[in-house]
Amino acid sequence: MTDHNGFSRRELLVAGAGAMLVAFQLRSSGAQAQIPTGSIPAYLLGAPTLGSDVDSWIVVHADNTVTVYFGRGEFGQGTLTGMLQVAAEELDLDLGQISAVPLDTAITRNQGMQVSSSSIEGAAPSLRAAAAEARQALLKMAATRLDASEGDLRVSAGLVSVTGRPGRSVTYGELLGDKRFNLKVTGTAPLKPVAAYKLVGARVPRVDIPAKIKGSYEYVQHVRLPGMLHGRVVRPAGQGALGAGAKFKTIDETSIAQIEGARVVRKGDFLGVVAADEWSAVKAAVQLKVDWDMPRTLSGTDRLHDRMKASKTIDKTVIDVGDAGAALSSAAHTVSASFKSPYEAHAPFAPNCAVADVRADSAEIICATQNLFPTRAALARVLKMPVEQVRVRYVESSGTFGHSCYDDAAQAAAILSQAAGKPVRVQFTRGDELGWDHYGPAHLAEVRAAADANGKIVGYEYHGWQHGWNFVVEATEELALNAKIPPLALPDAAHVNKSNAGAMYDIPNRRLISHAVPGLEGYLKGSYLRSPLDLSISFASEQVIDELAFRAKQDPVEFRKRNISDPRWMGVLDAVAKASNWRAHVAGDRKSGDIVTGTGVALGTHFVSYGAAVAEIEVNRKTGEIRVLHVYGALDAGLIVNPASVEHQIEGQLIQATSRILHEEVRFNETNVTSLDWSSYPILRFDEAPVVTPIVISHPDKPSTGAGEEVLAAGGAAIANAFFDATGIRMHERPMTPERVFAALKAG
Amino acid sequence: MARFVISVNDRPAVVEVAEDTPLLYVLANALNLKGPRFGCGLAQCGSCSVLVNGAEVKACVTPVSAVRDQAVTTLEGLPAFYARQKKLAEVPELHPLQKAFIDEQAPQCGFCYNGMIVKGAELLSRIPDPTEAQIRNEMKGHLCRCGTYPRVTKAIQRAARAMRASASER
Repeated sequence: MTDHNGFSRRELLVAGAGAMLVAFQLRSSGAQAQIPTGSIPAYLLGAPTLGSDVDSWIVVHADNTVTVYFGRGEFGQGTLTGMLQVAAEELDLDLGQISAVPLDTAITRNQGMQVSSSSIEGAAPSLRAAAAEARQALLKMAATRLDASEGDLRVSAGLVSVTGRPGRSVTYGELLGDKRFNLKVTGTAPLKPVAAYKLVGARVPRVDIPAKIKGSYEYVQHVRLPGMLHGRVVRPAGQGALGAGAKFKTIDETSIAQIEGARVVRKGDFLGVVAADEWSAVKAAVQLKVDWDMPRTLSGTDRLHDRMKASKTIDKTVIDVGDAGAALSSAAHTVSASFKSPYEAHAPFAPNCAVADVRADSAEIICATQNLFPTRAALARVLKMPVEQVRVRYVESSGTFGHSCYDDAAQAAAILSQAAGKPVRVQFTRGDELGWDHYGPAHLAEVRAAADANGKIVGYEYHGWQHGWNFVVEATEELALNAKIPPLALPDAAHVNKSNAGAMYDIPNRRLISHAVPGLEGYLKGSYLRSPLDLSISFASEQVIDELAFRAKQDPVEFRKRNISDPRWMGVLDAVAKASNWRAHVAGDRKSGDIVTGTGVALGTHFVSYGAAVAEIEVNRKTGEIRVLHVYGALDAGLIVNPASVEHQIEGQLIQATSRILHEEVRFNETNVTSLDWSSYPILRFDEAPVVTPIVISHPDKPSTGAGEEVLAAGGAAIANAFFDATGIRMHERPMTPERVFAALKAG
Repeated sequence: MARFVISVNDRPAVVEVAEDTPLLYVLANALNLKGPRFGCGLAQCGSCSVLVNGAEVKACVTPVSAVRDQAVTTLEGLPAFYARQKKLAEVPELHPLQKAFIDEQAPQCGFCYNGMIVKGAELLSRIPDPTEAQIRNEMKGHLCRCGTYPRVTKAIQRAARAMRASASER
């Protein structure tokens, strides 16, 4: 029973679903289900699984189909299919018998924020535990019904039969048909052994793809409500400094008087327009005359890193093992270098969109949030309504890759609907989305590393400058309510990632220092962008490791292997070297000719999983243009639920890494962001795409870990190292644009 | 406001909109089509692509007044467009390129695939056996943020093979 989006339309309101959840601690002895507790932060888990009602997860229907109510959505990464595989596997169902309900704060479970590629890692184990509990209960019922011992029962496609007694069978639907389990998830139901998996680990086609290709898929941009108006936000083209808001000096509402039915909505500094038809709303937003106050508080793109370095930072030692200072001062080979990375935009292909229907005592907002429940809480604040009166539904937009403008659009739609007394659809423009994004923070790295005469890394020190993230206050809330941005909101969210900065190597003396830049003192709004900061960290760290290999006159793969003992890091490195037919060589030999080629390798991760990449590139020394020819990426993410989905994620990360390392940079002057369209914020185009080769490494004996962002950093750093191999020159700033490359080559 | 009769997917549609309304808003709002969709409004990304008399245009910058008396084909109408082109007795459920995109499991979020499919179908109608270089060049006005370009190329080549095979059967 699935509709065209692959989700069930059967919006059965199970009593207790998403509510009445009782906290319950997992006892370490006797528990079977591996529900993540300690190692995964609470914001990724949501409401506790243990002690929750099985009925809040799973409904068995009379027709022997099953609906599941998990709390993770499809963002184009195959999460829906993967979650269904996990549930169907544990329940012994065919995939065609199971469907999921679209995310909805009124119906589906709160499984935390959908960030850090945590769905299969953090949310699937809870679903698996609930399914195991349900299966155990169904088998008990079947044993009674069939007068057999549970040990003699077999299940296939939801049909329970008795071994050796042909004809004696009953379906799940006949056992429970739309009735409640009335059971709690205890975590003690036995899980199916991994060796018995049929669906988990299989290359199952994605359930959402056919409708996406036919054109019947409903994206959030397609949602229409009866009587709905169209709305647009009106802001300066490109935001200024974080916390500065957007003040207007004057506004001339008569400037849109000639547009039929268009009106201005003002709430505090928030400005928007609504109109009955979309084109009128578009014209009104463009034509409304507003004189903005544009304070000159930003550094401008070119002076950004100098400002960061000179700022009064809050410093934190992330790791300090051994004596890095001593090791660095006495080694045979030492490298010291600094690297600059820019602000980057999420730049979803489709700008965000939301539809809100706000009434006196209830509100429903349909949007593409990654974090349903935090989005609801913020909407309640903006609407000044009790949170229970606010319902949020998730409908997919284009890939968001982190905290793009979905909450901002949702809040804008809510305010406009509240003011207009009608449902309102807000479509952000390309300029709104790029100009008012929460950018992946800029980063400055100073790295020193040293190796002994045998090529063993003996010391490593990484200083990283970046500012914190704004998790909580959207531009709409800031403007409408004059909400204050907390200083350095969650400074810990953006520090030098210890999993990525050198952690793959056995380095006896290693020191990581995070320098938190005061984000409210003339910087842009930051937030999490796919593999946050990792590409910036790897761009610095892996170039330094590569340089050490060069100084030690060793092959970059061989040098890394000499310094790795973890078999899983070794595994991805070996796999990518083999797949790319790596030829051992010392990098950076000067080559002749205008067009030179190079090959580079790099390692990287986000927090968990193991990524390695090899890139083959071509550099035009006359123009500074880089062509990335081929990128290979190996990813070890533990137990792989769907290898086809993971391959697809690897390919996407390698292409996106190429885009980010070559092109992407949010530019701004002293007053505002100036990257507002695909010319001023270019991304990789079709004719520039490299060949990509994904290598999936499965460890069925290890827990599943993230696969949506963990090889991106390695992909980008491998391109930087390939550039050195081609030219003998290190790039210390990205993106590696033709102008920057040409200047670096000229400087030698 | 003005009244326009336009032909969309072989059916006449009467719409009453402001004269300067871009075709995209007519298709997406007045006619409730899901294929053409807003991406940039600047003809920079290909999200809104449709065929007008068989040639790709960006609906976000094409006023509806410009397509009066022209045949507009959207993603929804591609199977019929193909059937007419190949003189098939029946309209297939999918254009061969759509089938190839599913077989290649090409999309991730899939939002840009309106443009990928429309432009790819137009390309195959002109060049039955495109080289990889031709595909890359023809498709370069279409952006994909998820990074599925290589799969789009493979799907277009797969569809080209399938279309040539079915042509030789007839």
